[in-house]
Amino acid sequence: MRNFTWGQAQTVMDAAAAASVTVADAMLSPPNTNGQAGASIVKAGGIDLLDLLKEKLLTADRITSLKELPGLDVITRTEDGGLRIGAAVTLANLARSPLVLRHYPALANATAHAASPQIRNVATLGGNLLQRPRCWYFRAAEYRCLRKGGGHCFAIHGENQYHAIFDNQLCAIVHPSTAATVLVALGAIVECADAMGAARRVRLEDFLVPPDEDVHRENSLRAQEILTAIELPALNPGTRMVHLKQGETDSFDWPLADVAIVFDLDAERRCKRAAVILGAAAPVPHRAKAAEAILLGRIIDEEAAKDAAHAALADATPLHKNGYKLPLFETLIRRAILRAAADLHA
Amino acid sequence: MAESEASRTATFAVGLASTGLDEVERQIPRDEPPPLPPNAELAVIGKSVPRQDAFAKVTGAALFTVDINLPGMLHGRILRSPLPHARLRALDLAAAARHPGVRAVLPVAQPGDSLRYFGVPVAGVAAVSAQAAEEALALIHAGFEALPFVVDLDKAREPDAPPVHDSTSAPPGNSSGFPAPAGLPLNGNVRGPALMQRGDVARGFAEAEVIVEGAYSTKVQTHCCLEPHAIVADWREDGLTVFMSTQFTAGVRHELAEAFGLPLARVRVIAGAIGGGFGSKSSLGNYGRIAVGLSRAAKAPVRIVLERQEEQMDAGNRPATWQSLRLGARKDGTLSAISLLSYGTAGVTLGAGVGGIAAALYTCPNFESAQYDVFINAAPGCAMRGPGNTPGAFGLEQAIDELAGRLALDPLALRDRIDPSPVRREERRIGAARIGWQRRHAPGAESGPVKRGLGVAQSLWPANVQTTAACEVRIMRNGSVEVLSSVQDIGTGTGTVMAQTVAEVLGLRAQDITVRIGDTDFPPGPPSYGSRATASITPPARVAAWRVLQTLFQEAAPFLGVAPEALIAHGGRILVANNPGRFMLFGDATARLHTGKISAAATRSDDYGGFRRRMPDAALALQDLGGVQFAAVAVDTETGIIRVERVVAVQDCGRPLNPKQIESQVHGGVLMGLSYALFEERLLDQHTGRMVNPDLEQYKLARPREVPDIEVVVLEEYRGQSATDAYGIAEPANIATAPAIANAVYNAIGVRLCALPMTPAAVLAALGKIPRRGELP
Ligand SMILES: Cc1cc2nc3c(=O)[nH]c(=O)nc-3n(C[C@H](O)[C@H](O)[C@H](O)COP(=O)(O)OP(=O)(O)OC[C@H]3O[C@@H](n4cnc5c(N)ncnc54)[C@H](O)[C@@H]3O)c2cc1C
Ligand code: SF4
Repeated sequence: MRNFTWGQAQTVMDAAAAASVTVADAMLSPPNTNGQAGASIVKAGGIDLLDLLKEKLLTADRITSLKELPGLDVITRTEDGGLRIGAAVTLANLARSPLVLRHYPALANATAHAASPQIRNVATLGGNLLQRPRCWYFRAAEYRCLRKGGGHCFAIHGENQYHAIFDNQLCAIVHPSTAATVLVALGAIVECADAMGAARRVRLEDFLVPPDEDVHRENSLRAQEILTAIELPALNPGTRMVHLKQGETDSFDWPLADVAIVFDLDAERRCKRAAVILGAAAPVPHRAKAAEAILLGRIIDEEAAKDAAHAALADATPLHKNGYKLPLFETLIRRAILRAAADLHA
Repeated sequence: MAESEASRTATFAVGLASTGLDEVERQIPRDEPPPLPPNAELAVIGKSVPRQDAFAKVTGAALFTVDINLPGMLHGRILRSPLPHARLRALDLAAAARHPGVRAVLPVAQPGDSLRYFGVPVAGVAAVSAQAAEEALALIHAGFEALPFVVDLDKAREPDAPPVHDSTSAPPGNSSGFPAPAGLPLNGNVRGPALMQRGDVARGFAEAEVIVEGAYSTKVQTHCCLEPHAIVADWREDGLTVFMSTQFTAGVRHELAEAFGLPLARVRVIAGAIGGGFGSKSSLGNYGRIAVGLSRAAKAPVRIVLERQEEQMDAGNRPATWQSLRLGARKDGTLSAISLLSYGTAGVTLGAGVGGIAAALYTCPNFESAQYDVFINAAPGCAMRGPGNTPGAFGLEQAIDELAGRLALDPLALRDRIDPSPVRREERRIGAARIGWQRRHAPGAESGPVKRGLGVAQSLWPANVQTTAACEVRIMRNGSVEVLSSVQDIGTGTGTVMAQTVAEVLGLRAQDITVRIGDTDFPPGPPSYGSRATASITPPARVAAWRVLQTLFQEAAPFLGVAPEALIAHGGRILVANNPGRFMLFGDATARLHTGKISAAATRSDDYGGFRRRMPDAALALQDLGGVQFAAVAVDTETGIIRVERVVAVQDCGRPLNPKQIESQVHGGVLMGLSYALFEERLLDQHTGRMVNPDLEQYKLARPREVPDIEVVVLEEYRGQSATDAYGIAEPANIATAPAIANAVYNAIGVRLCALPMTPAAVLAALGKIPRRGELP
């Protein structure tokens, strides 16, 4: 790792100005250890950023910490009864926030089970949403793959047991953020601010970028822009949500598959609104539209859950080593739906 | 054997303490102490004495090789091949040498050389900082010509596979047979077979009433030592000193003397605290050689610490294996024939056999095996905790389980019939009660997606002894006691059992003994591999302590007015055996010494009763080590997740010296076996030959939440074979775990998983739940 200068941003505008280039763009130029100028970038918890630097995937001349920015690490209720989560709130604080636990338990669950306690104490929600993918070819400097500006995806015909089963023709990453699975299901809004102080609000689902739109980035964060907050809309009374994650190991591990279910039921247990989002399934959190359509208007029972789970995977295109994700997702979707429905009566 | 000038007859208690002891007479050397009584009669041995370095380790005070910082020390880094198979075309180190921070550059490969795996060292640099060394690596101009390669075991066996070696470059094997015999034919990438044969296998199968057959495969596992491989080499005019995280200081010293043409007396190897080795730190290694070469060139100490990626890619690994086993049996379970065929790969080197467990664990008159090594373009494997027998047991113990099923016999009852070992019989009995074997039911009996099962498997490991192991014990006039040997403590507690042994002889407490080990300035100790450190070093420690005590008795006897033979040492006193009221405190006795220090040394003598087999510097004890492990698992048949809920490990290691430390070794063995069973696999990209998971995040390991409830039972077994009668535990404790889990999984779901690791993908595939491509839901 080469030397860089280090600073603390005191205002959001300073912080945005310090992000001269997005990390995604900075990583498109081949890694260098000598000579060439590097980027000026911002750091939150640094869990992902330091990895990128140490693995020589990214060189930076200047790193600006967001740690001292006022107000970025708080969780507040919004006027309409939703929740505003500062981008610098740590995963650990998010998972133990009474507001989150009470109103958005699936989000608490998703963040409580990500990575390890040490990481969660440092990692921020903003950094979690903006972290780069974990594809092992992407993470090795030896491979200049498509996503890093090269011409070829090594995973599609390579070692792809942890890769995508949807939308995997161009680049088969899975989106690395577990929180994003739940946030997309909840209809979260991200708020960005630029160096002039102007704010931009966009649905997280639209903020995240699939490969066919741009294979070089996972989100539409711009240069000279930082993420300031994530807002969750108010919920209808009686909204139910469940997040289930299955990792290969239970500690210090990523999901092989994770599922977020959010739905509203009427008095007869008929589904009025459903979100079925799959994590670790596609380059962005995958909305299982067919499953949502099946649930809509149905009474949620074993049969409905089964049908929805089955439909969710109908258009999957597994690679040669990740076919196991199909039965795994089917199980998780079914169990998550039934658990959410059962919670209604709990 | 009759008494002679050199030996006398002594009576030993032998057998299992739990089932009652017998007596046996043996000849023992006259200059060795009388038989050590069973643990129940001892004060220090057999007690869970706290580890001597426990406090230093948990407070961070313990000094590991990575903590060594010598004045003027340089930092070494290694340039490695970026291709799985290449010819080095050009190597220009001039620009790197001109870097202002660089003090030495060292070519490791020469233009024209074949580079046979991704990550093989090409050149080394030493610089004033790690960063300068890193920058210098980028300044090396190396030209590689890519050659065809193969990184897959099956593909490497095909006749038109790219050859990894030619007859001149292929490693020759070893006359000892380990890790592979010398002089076997090489055919393409396939070398062998190593053959073993007894009886008439064809007749055995003809006589069989039941035949079971199966093929089993295991993947490459990496050692994942917490402390990486590390060395600080300090080359001086007057000699070479090397600080190293090694399992064998005395062996590395010999390697260095030979490699660098130095007299042995001019080479000193020092090992401080060590964070694990598991077989991967047995020798000097390419990085060690490079560090010494750089130090010689730079005339300054050079430190090389491998990064985790280098650890995973080129610091040794457990070879991958494939084996096909065929068992023939009578209806009552009696085995009539066993036939074994195996192909394994240790990358560019040899040693990928499945061991001798199939030949030795059960009584079977007719046996044959053919084992082949297959070369691939991958980093060399090396010994890893129970090499050979660990993958071997994964096959054999599943085949036996399968046979029990076919014969409708309980797997324990079948083993009672065919396993000749009375020790394991007792281990099965104890373990079955602890795990609740009577609860075991037919596969898939529960309703619901989660199925539970119980499984058992057995272990076999030769009891190795290093016959060169030596040790010195010193008593100072002020009463302090030292025990010295070059033996290293790789984290197992070797120093603590040495202190216990010496303390028992001198009538002191373990903490009264200063242990000075891990330095070749002391008498040459054994390696800490092959589960042989305790078996090799504690007998000479007891003998040396006993000898020096005789000197102390000589000096003390006149003051107590008795003959030296009348004295014993106990409870911090030197006392008259038949008149315990007459005594001197240990310190008062030493204060009367004529010299400042008395001392005695001892070398490991042969096992009383002899060895089964002798090799240069080492030998096999008459009797093997065993162990039986039981696993309880829960398998979610809808997610494929296997949870190991409980493991009961019943082990033997001769006389247990320190139950707590043994338990801790068994925990380590079980966890390593569990991790091997469920998670671990070195994954090589088929198109580029690079390991895609060379860190501890992507390379899956069992972690805190994967730790099952582990119950350890250690038998107290006496053999009357040495001055301490203690043998090893590290490897036997690892061998049975994976097959016990596999058998439990079979008992849970009724489908056998014959390949490691048993991932969710493997479980779902075995259950037929993964749709084939083209037949999606
Ligand atoms: C072993 C392991 C297991 C893991 N398992 C999981 C898991 O199961 N689920 C999961 O979701 N994650 C997992 N993680 C990932 C981890 O949660 C993320 O790396 C972490 O959340 C990143 O947050 P950070 O604050 O440290 O981000 P940083 O590393 O500081 O930043 C990440 C990126 O975001 C940018 N950035 C950060 N904050 C802002 C901001 N406010 N505005 C603009 N740009 C910003 C940085 O420039 C950088 O590019 C795991 C990580 C490890 C090492
Ligand atoms: S999946 Fe994407 S990130 Fe991974 S190798 Fe392919 S293009 Fe690169």
